[in-house]
Amino acid sequence: MPQSAEKILDHGPLFREPEYQEMFARKKACDGAASIDATALQSEYTKGWEYREKNFAREALVINPAKACQPLGAVFAAAGFEKTMSFVHGSQGCAAYFRSHLSRHFKEPCTAVSSSMTEDAAVFGGLNNMIDGLANCYSLYQPKMIAVSTTCMAEVIGDDLHGFIGNAKAKGSVPEDFDVPFAHTPSFVGSHIDGYDNSIKGILEHFWKDNPVVASASETINIVPGFDGFCVGNNRELGRMLDLMGVSYKLIGDAADQFDTPSDGEYRMYDGGTTIDDLKAAKGAKATLALQHWNSRKTLEYAGSVGQETASFNYPLGIRATDELLMKISSLSGKAIPEALRLERGRLVDAMADSQAYLHGKRYAIFGDPDFVQAMARFILETGGEPVHCLSTNGGKEWAEDMQVLFDSSPFGKDCKAYAHKDLWHLRSLMFTEPVDFLIGNSHGKYLERDTKTPLIRLTFPIFDRHHHHRFPVIGYQGGLRVLTTILDKLFDKLDAETNIAGETDISFDLTR
Amino acid sequence: MSDSYENDGKAHEQYIAEVLAQYPEKFAKRRKKHLSVAKAAEVEPDAPVGEEGPLLTECEVKSNIKSIPGVMTIRGCAYAGSKGVVWGPVKDMVHISHGPVGCGQYSWSQRRNYYVGTTGIDAFGTMQITSDFQEKDIVFGGDKKLDKVIDEIEQMFPLSGGISVQSECPIGLIGDDIEAVSRRKGKEIGKTIVPVRCEGFRGVSQSLGHHIANDAIRDWVLDKSAEAEWEAGPYDVNIVGDYNIGGDAWASRRLLEEMGLRICGNWSGDATLAEMERAPKAKLNLIHCYRSMNYICRHMEEKYGIPWMEYNFFGPSQIAASLRKIAKHFGPEIEAKAEEVIAKYQPLVDGILEKYGPRLKGKKVMLYVGGLRPRHVMTAYEDLGMEIAGTGYEFAHNDDYQRTGHYAKPGTLIYDDVTGYELEKFVEKIRPDLVGSGIKEKYPVQKMGIPFRQMHSWDYSGPYHGYDGFAIFARDMDLAINNPVWDLFDAPWTDGGELLAAAE
Ligand code: SF4
Ligand code: SF4
Repeated sequence: MPQSAEKILDHGPLFREPEYQEMFARKKACDGAASIDATALQSEYTKGWEYREKNFAREALVINPAKACQPLGAVFAAAGFEKTMSFVHGSQGCAAYFRSHLSRHFKEPCTAVSSSMTEDAAVFGGLNNMIDGLANCYSLYQPKMIAVSTTCMAEVIGDDLHGFIGNAKAKGSVPEDFDVPFAHTPSFVGSHIDGYDNSIKGILEHFWKDNPVVASASETINIVPGFDGFCVGNNRELGRMLDLMGVSYKLIGDAADQFDTPSDGEYRMYDGGTTIDDLKAAKGAKATLALQHWNSRKTLEYAGSVGQETASFNYPLGIRATDELLMKISSLSGKAIPEALRLERGRLVDAMADSQAYLHGKRYAIFGDPDFVQAMARFILETGGEPVHCLSTNGGKEWAEDMQVLFDSSPFGKDCKAYAHKDLWHLRSLMFTEPVDFLIGNSHGKYLERDTKTPLIRLTFPIFDRHHHHRFPVIGYQGGLRVLTTILDKLFDKLDAETNIAGETDISFDLTR
Repeated sequence: MSDSYENDGKAHEQYIAEVLAQYPEKFAKRRKKHLSVAKAAEVEPDAPVGEEGPLLTECEVKSNIKSIPGVMTIRGCAYAGSKGVVWGPVKDMVHISHGPVGCGQYSWSQRRNYYVGTTGIDAFGTMQITSDFQEKDIVFGGDKKLDKVIDEIEQMFPLSGGISVQSECPIGLIGDDIEAVSRRKGKEIGKTIVPVRCEGFRGVSQSLGHHIANDAIRDWVLDKSAEAEWEAGPYDVNIVGDYNIGGDAWASRRLLEEMGLRICGNWSGDATLAEMERAPKAKLNLIHCYRSMNYICRHMEEKYGIPWMEYNFFGPSQIAASLRKIAKHFGPEIEAKAEEVIAKYQPLVDGILEKYGPRLKGKKVMLYVGGLRPRHVMTAYEDLGMEIAGTGYEFAHNDDYQRTGHYAKPGTLIYDDVTGYELEKFVEKIRPDLVGSGIKEKYPVQKMGIPFRQMHSWDYSGPYHGYDGFAIFARDMDLAINNPVWDLFDAPWTDGGELLAAAE
């Protein structure tokens, strides 16, 4: 009997006990699934070039994609504004999924209401759901703002948010002057980063449209962070750097506090976020910058259309990407980059120099949202590594072109390639046929780690199976230090693991590395 | 066993009134029907006691009704009920999340239906396989794409036993004919292809998804049962409605095998298509999650004359009662073996109770789960001396609330399709020692300083079924409640959150 009160075994060790192993064997003997031999053969086959070619010939089937759908981005975006409730118009299952997904990553509450449309709404439209939904949301959760997005159901039947919200206000669901910005977020177009973009743009439009403030009325710079699972650490780090510079700035959407509330006995449904007053004033900013270009194209276009200067970046991670951001902000604001930041930069360079022997020539596969992959590849190139396979399911043709420019800029980019619109099953073939030393991405990469035995470094959303990473920054020089250390830890752990059998491989089990 | 406690029903009535006051009038009226307090059942002293044991309380509320818009219902959708619950665990089939990318992405690997197999080769459970609809598929229809997706699945996964098509919202709205495609392609590739109409807007919760998924098994799998290879035996049973969360079905299967039964099919945790097909050859269907799979049991009873029996493998008192009930069906030989099994595990049970009983005795628990556990796990807590202060279901029906009366003590707060607001308020007022619910509820509750365990995913632990599982269950409840972190919430220089005189 494997179980005892003294030493309780849960699923990990329990099912390795002989009683269970024998039971599995009995079951396998008559379960009608593929034979052990056939499985072994096919398993080998999937590692080869022929399978890779078939795999890349796929036109319709998507296997293990690294992207989510638009309204997830909208729910994330709404979390960046003060006392704002996300209102997902459409079927309720989606809202439950968005909340779970974000909670599993942040290990934090995530709120969103749904208009709970069902079959009758599919026939008659969701107007009544909007009317009742806004009224209930308003009285139960007392938000300052309700940000509406849509699921595919509402999009397919063509519900008109603008009209519906006006209608609901006329019916008294919420006061006439209550802020209900909205965005159509069809999940069959783009991905969560587009949902983010649409949502931010919708919110800006709501507050800027009939707003008499003119661009450049103030010295402030607006910053749109983009969909960022590391917003907690990153937004605070960005703020710290800009405060050091003495720049006047506003984040357009800052979910850092919302996704990092303290445990002190009180549950805060709302915490932090950009205020409505700041949002209104933001129209008078001199410029709007986007930290993640592919997340913010529509938003920037809109900011440009009201007369603001705009610029975008691809996630300021690593040395040169951070340099560029700071220099742009410096030139826009007229504020010098202080010595303190130059020293920080120097410390990161110092750390990279200390470790360069281990990093030089290492090969990586990187996957994730397009801006992240771009930033990560750039940083790897700075360390003398080769980002051999760079894959983004929601990156497009232009992104791949940008990536090629990046590869061409470095001798280490010679053998590197960007894969747009590809999924993690494609990446599996790439990693089997052209192996790399490390894989950088999110928790979904763990299946690739298992199959190809390539160590996974978790540095982007979603991270479900490791805790608290998102509480520390990856952007800026401080963030760079953390990314560097994370990669090195994995590298040294691997080195030790490969050299730790006493009397066999431990010749190189070095104390100092 | 703490059989003899009663909850403060008066206070609970008061809490209900307080939360209702916050709603617009029209909706307060509607929500009122879903909230109640268990009342002591009026049973004649010598009324016969049925299979389920005596009726303790009346817990009836309105249920299985549309959620009110805008209230933050915790429910999911029919797709979650079909792909997530019933079909997803069938390991040797490729389940297509048919439609846009989201639904499959969020449910990817989240239910912890364990299986043995080589993923991507002969098993496909922890994969997200989708037709990833784009705008053109919505405009021109997705049948052509589905056709191609199936061909490509055959290319990529030739060892799959079959395919299921799990419809997401758009499918039913754009008029696709997935049945026709499935039938045609199934013939072409010579494998079972099951179309499932589980679009998220159907029904009011996951529940209709279960039903639709059951009907799809009836229509597209059991029709092949006659040809299934299986030498029927006298003690063949099916385990139905055990999804092998954290290995639950294995901890259960072991007990049934030990008492001399043979498992013909397991629905659907760690299942293969072949095991499902041959299920009608069994002598008895044992159903754990009644809510999600009673439909197929009723069908098999009607069509194949297979009787079915509910059982409960949470906690030693229910396990023993269930083992005896099952054994009785097979006669003295199996009954004797069942007694042996119960006796064999008694020392383990005693050890667990001795170790954890004193640490957990009298602790109050509030539950809010799916369609079965809100009642099924109650006695497991009570076996440990704990008390259930409130319970409710996401998607139960009337028959579930009736069954709850066999478990709940008088005064228990009952909440159907609870809203985020209500649950938060109830927890705040009752301040139980433990809340058992889902991921969306976990962090708000913990922020209040109240221990929490996820009771859908076993909070990444498990199994909780069977004797092996009960040990883990007890350990987990103890580690949740008795962790020192809960005493660290207040900074020592504050008094209940207010800064002491220090200010000026
Ligand atoms: S893809 Fe559509 S149905 Fe699925 S979660 Fe996203 S919005 Fe909802
Ligand atoms: S036990 Fe509950 S949560 Fe699990 S499948 Fe059944 S109804 Fe759903």
